[in-house]
Amino acid sequence: MAEKTQMLSIVTPQRVVYGDEVRFVSARGVDGDLGVLPEHTPLITGLKPGVVRIQKDGKWTSYAVAGGFLEVRDSRVVILANAAESPDLIDVKRAEAAKQRAEERLASKAADIDLMRAKAALMRALARLDVAQSK
Amino acid sequence: MPSVRDLRRKIKSVKSTQKICKAMKAVATAKMAKSQEQVLAARPYARQLHEVLGRVAGGARNVKNPLLAVRDPKKVCYVVITADRGLCGGFNSNILRLTTKETAKWPEVALVPVGRKARNFFRFRAWKTDNEYIGLGENVKPEQANEITNFVIKKYVDEEYDAVYLIYSKFKSVMVQIPTVVKLLPVEPPQAEEGAEEAKAEAKSKAAYLFEPSAEDVLEFLLPKYVQNSVFQGLIESKASEHSARMMAMDNATKSAGELIDRVTLQMNRLRQENITKELLDIVGGAAALE
Repeated sequence: MAEKTQMLSIVTPQRVVYGDEVRFVSARGVDGDLGVLPEHTPLITGLKPGVVRIQKDGKWTSYAVAGGFLEVRDSRVVILANAAESPDLIDVKRAEAAKQRAEERLASKAADIDLMRAKAALMRALARLDVAQSK
Repeated sequence: MPSVRDLRRKIKSVKSTQKICKAMKAVATAKMAKSQEQVLAARPYARQLHEVLGRVAGGARNVKNPLLAVRDPKKVCYVVITADRGLCGGFNSNILRLTTKETAKWPEVALVPVGRKARNFFRFRAWKTDNEYIGLGENVKPEQANEITNFVIKKYVDEEYDAVYLIYSKFKSVMVQIPTVVKLLPVEPPQAEEGAEEAKAEAKSKAAYLFEPSAEDVLEFLLPKYVQNSVFQGLIESKASEHSARMMAMDNATKSAGELIDRVTLQMNRLRQENITKELLDIVGGAAALE
């Protein structure tokens, strides 16, 4: 049975990371997680750093996305991300180091730290680790 | 009148210059290939962002955002992107000539040079600059563009600048680079070019967009991103243009050095032959006198 599919592209300033017909996409929007099936109503939302999960032909793939937007229109999903990585491109050691750094910074509660930035860094690192484990 | 030795020395010096030019050309070619790739890879993102912004702005016409506020342009800021180094033909001077022309339009201008050549140009003319970004290096990163963007956005929101323009060299092809001016702020949402067609398509699908959390919030997020990306695009286009311009300039220099060598070699050979003839005549004359 041919499933209905939608065109998904993940684009970063550096390159086009993903472009294929997929069944389902889930992402972490600013207002919470959301899933997109074909023929979703047109939508634009911001994305938090997190994991984008894709189902294609019954198989799941994940990408770590470092913030951006998601647009749905005419069964086409476009994710404009600041950065996006597939599981095999993630440097686990680096992500772990980044996670630790961010946690330390949050724990130190020093006045001079940028709380927002540290939090965002932590979320990015967690997303990367999550994706790396899903491989 | 140069002697044979003078000419030989000259040939030698031109030859070594030619070698340097050749090497620079090879380096520029390699770098150009890389930066060209980067530009081409970045264009889909820029295009998508442009389209999304156009659609969001179309769906949220009455939204107020400080980056959309149009003011009477009293003080206008120009971000001027040039190379850090010279030896790339008319690349830098084309940009700076355009800058001179553009800035003459306004009573009060603020300058933000990006690249050493622009900075030095303004400094030499004693034009005041508000900030400068030097030595961005070979691989331009989005963070560097963000730094520049955040600076001008802050000044714009503080109403210190009433408009911000970006001047850079657009990479059309290896042969053609076009000095370009784009308006960064206030952001003018792209709609004129796709307005008619889009509006029709929109009406057909009756697709009013769902904004999460709201159109205002999405715009607040999208607009700085858009400006950042414009700056980033400018930076990498400029880089690719610089390398192509340098490659062309060095190619020309290598060629003219070759021509010069040929010409001087010919001159030297003529002179040498003339000298031999003269010496022969002397000897023959001397021998004749002895008899």
